[in-house]
Amino acid sequence: MRIACPHCGPRDVQEFSYLGDAKPQRPDGMDATEAAMADYVHQRDNPAGSHRELWYHGAGCHAWLVVTRDTRTHAIAAVETMAQARAGAPA
Amino acid sequence: MPGPLDRNRIPMRYSIFSLAAQTLKGHRGWKPAWRDAAPKPAYDVLVIGGGGHGLATAYYLASQHGITNVAVIEKGYIGSGNVGRNTTIIRSNYLLPGNTPFYELSLKLWEGLEQDINYNAMVSQRGVLNLFHSDAQRDAFARRGNAMRLAGVDADLLDREQVRAMVPFLNYADGRFPIQGGLLQKRGGSVRHDAVAWGYARAADRRGVDIIQNCEVTGLSIDNGRITGVETTRGPIRAGKVALAVAGNSSRLAAMAGMRLPIESHVLQAFVSEGLKPLIDTVVTYGAGHFYISQSDKGGLVFGGDIDGYNSYAQRGNLPVIEDVMESAMALWPGLGRVRMLRHWGGIMDMSMDGSPIIDHTPVEGLYLNAGWCYGGFKATPASGFCFAHLIARDAPHEVATAYRLDRFATGYVIDEKGAGAQPNLH
Ligand SMILES: Cc1cc2nc3c(=O)[nH]c(=O)nc-3n(C[C@H](O)[C@H](O)[C@H](O)COP(=O)(O)OP(=O)(O)OC[C@H]3O[C@@H](n4cnc5c(N)ncnc54)[C@H](O)[C@@H]3O)c2cc1C
Ligand SMILES: [Zn+2]
Repeated sequence: MRIACPHCGPRDVQEFSYLGDAKPQRPDGMDATEAAMADYVHQRDNPAGSHRELWYHGAGCHAWLVVTRDTRTHAIAAVETMAQARAGAPA
Repeated sequence: MPGPLDRNRIPMRYSIFSLAAQTLKGHRGWKPAWRDAAPKPAYDVLVIGGGGHGLATAYYLASQHGITNVAVIEKGYIGSGNVGRNTTIIRSNYLLPGNTPFYELSLKLWEGLEQDINYNAMVSQRGVLNLFHSDAQRDAFARRGNAMRLAGVDADLLDREQVRAMVPFLNYADGRFPIQGGLLQKRGGSVRHDAVAWGYARAADRRGVDIIQNCEVTGLSIDNGRITGVETTRGPIRAGKVALAVAGNSSRLAAMAGMRLPIESHVLQAFVSEGLKPLIDTVVTYGAGHFYISQSDKGGLVFGGDIDGYNSYAQRGNLPVIEDVMESAMALWPGLGRVRMLRHWGGIMDMSMDGSPIIDHTPVEGLYLNAGWCYGGFKATPASGFCFAHLIARDAPHEVATAYRLDRFATGYVIDEKGAGAQPNLH
């Protein structure tokens, strides 16, 4: 597997660390219910197919990236910086 | 003890006499070990997934609870999942009270399995030796060994010379992480994994269970919060109870009931070398990297390491883990450099958020869940089937599986052996 880092170009997957699904958003601090927090920490969609996920380029530019990858084939459809991901529209 | 049976369709009992008789007939009289059943319109219990856990569940439903109107539904052929892909290690060297009695029950069931199911699963208690390489690691292993002994499980703490006497061929000379000793569980070992699938299948079939292969569950039928059956590629099947035992595919089946699980699916790889004369007569795990090794009775060295570490349903992994496993192999046992690799493969693990399994009801009435086995569910096969059958038959958890609740992630009663937190690729 090779990830095309927007900053560094195509790099071996070994240079990156994996965090997981990019979808869960941390509920807002003290206002969050216990149920919402438990859901955020533990529950996952875990789809077979397209998955948007967080990778950290630790042996490169030290950026967090949002990678869209098919979990059935490992084929990567898109790699975005956090800024691009926050702005919407996958690259 | 066999339940009520149609005598005509009981396959032969395997024994020295049946073997001798077949030898005289040139081994042409062996019958298939189980029927290739077609789905009936309805069953009392449907077990989804013809892996070790599903087949064991069906067997114990019949043998322990007299529930025989049961079908196991398998999308491929039985043994095509993780039960036929694992590295066959069994052990019960767990630390936490939620786990120890469960895995010890499993080891006890392994010890009597072949007599119980009349099938040679090649259960071999050749010992499992976990090496440690620092003072801190020795303390942690001593603590685990003590916890095991308190729970009635065998454990021996070995020093470096005792380890050397057992496995003299490891690197004791110049390792970056010198071997300081090991925690040995003598009753651990290995089992021929596909024989486990076949043996449970045959034993369940003998008691009337239908084993339905090439039948994929595509939907769960739920009416007013209660399960009524399943949709499959071979038509709908009605059922009073439906039990999920689909390992790496647990989240996909749960999604059919509108549920999300505290599980990620990850790929784990395994490796086998060319066949060699007997080299290693135990199971050794390296404590300074992710590597463990044993030798199959066919002669191949069987070894593995860490999961690849990203969500996957691909049943194949990537090169970095292969490299990591080979490096660890060379660090621990330099002589392996002369051995040629024969083949390798991957399987999809149901990695739970605390590294421990789930055997529980679901919010859907009549729908039961058995999942979250991570990379260690083979050793659990007998107890998993035993406890899951108990839950399905009695609607109450078996006493050694009471901690395996689905709601423990919300209540905070997680069972995190490694203390790694809700990050499946660290368990
Ligand atoms: C490389 C590797 C090494 C391992 N090493 C060890 C080890 O040394 N010791 C140990 O204890 N554990 C080990 N494990 C883990 C162990 O193999 C698993 O935890 C265990 O086998 C899972 O339970 P199972 O046998 O029921 O799973 P499986 O055999 O995977 O059974 C699940 C079945 O469900 C079927 N299924 C899925 N979806 C559907 C559907 N929609 N409809 C119908 N059927 C469906 C699948 O086809 C599959 O046959 C290892 C795993 C791997 C991959
Ligand atoms: Zn980069």
